[in-house]
Amino acid sequence: MYKLSVINLTKRFGFRKVFTDISFELETGRALAVVGPNGSGKTTLLLTLLGGFRPNKGTVTFQEDERVMPAETIRDHTALVAPYLNFYDNLTAEENLIFFSAVSGGRVTGKELTGLLEQVGLAGRGDDPVGSYSSGMKQRLKFAAAILKQPQFLFLDEPTSNLDNDGKKMVFDLINGFKSRSILVLATNEKEEQQLAEQVCRLDR
Amino acid sequence: MPNKSAGLTGRALAVYSKDMKVELRSKYAFNAILMFGITTLAVVSFTLGQSGLSASLLAALFWIIMFFAAMAGLAQVFVREEETGTVLALRLAADPTAVYLGKLFFNLSLMILIAFVITPVFFIFTDAPVDNILLFVLVLILGIVGLCAATTIVAAIISKAGIKGALFAVLSFPILFVLLLLLVSASTRVLEEATLGGIALELQGLVAYSGVMITASLMLFKYVWQE
Repeated sequence: MYKLSVINLTKRFGFRKVFTDISFELETGRALAVVGPNGSGKTTLLLTLLGGFRPNKGTVTFQEDERVMPAETIRDHTALVAPYLNFYDNLTAEENLIFFSAVSGGRVTGKELTGLLEQVGLAGRGDDPVGSYSSGMKQRLKFAAAILKQPQFLFLDEPTSNLDNDGKKMVFDLINGFKSRSILVLATNEKEEQQLAEQVCRLDR
Repeated sequence: MPNKSAGLTGRALAVYSKDMKVELRSKYAFNAILMFGITTLAVVSFTLGQSGLSASLLAALFWIIMFFAAMAGLAQVFVREEETGTVLALRLAADPTAVYLGKLFFNLSLMILIAFVITPVFFIFTDAPVDNILLFVLVLILGIVGLCAATTIVAAIISKAGIKGALFAVLSFPILFVLLLLLVSASTRVLEEATLGGIALELQGLVAYSGVMITASLMLFKYVWQE
């Protein structure tokens, strides 16, 4: 059982406050929707939770079986899918997946890659450079990387952006699959995506 | 559940082989360094003609070329991640130590490859004595390790800045000044046909410089790499 505890989290950029005193607690199988208007700090909150930004105040604690996880192990248990997350355009989709798996300490077989790409609707495109992908295909590839990692903490920022109707259906199926075994944090303003979460964190500009 | 057995070495190798693949396909850093080195050598050798240079001037010329060649290309290792927007994915996925080691080994490979091209051309163009070539190669290897150790951490620091190129040279110069003095001194003695014992002090200094620089970088890199 994993747990994510956030207490009084505050982030400022210079004198500008992005969010103040955010607190919540999530356990495996639970999801939180972070909602708010553009510029309210949804992305900053997600990146702060992931350690991408240092908070000005407050704590973020990742726990496994009631024990606090060491900071250096957290990145092996977390994944982010977001429109601003870029993969290597010069590498093929398969090379990107192999790299991100290897750098997280994992190993992946050719058969697993084929199955994975099929699952996200990129069958037969694994040898193409990511630079030749459309934005929707790139978003699908990010989900493939997340599936490959099987994270205990999954962070999704506008998960269905750039996707067609088939892609959106695939994402909802994937999120439902992840929900039983992971903690989900979704930054979104889409009603349909918000309904996937039991808890809501509302941010104001 | 994926196999999570790979340790630091495996993760650093993953970063290294990724950077090699990206460089082999773009050849951006390699071409920038090589063009600078060859152009400078050609200009200097045609300007000097057959006039001949002293050992100290030859050594200084060689390390000036290596220094500016390093300035021309080694920063790319972090700047490219920042400019293509891949830095966030890498930061979230990879251990900072693995990233530093992978990037350091990539820069080392690049500089060794460049040295393979530039060094013979330097000896041909300048007519420098080659009697002590093995000792020269030893100094060269230690010099490359020192150059890469210093420039890799400086490249990480400047990658977020606006005027990267100028800042890279400005920040690198004071850090590399001691190294360059040691390298010019050792190379001068080697070209004057000194023995291994004759440059022992410089060699100790070079090993110590690289040791201190790599240790300090390993300790500091995670703070440079975050936010």
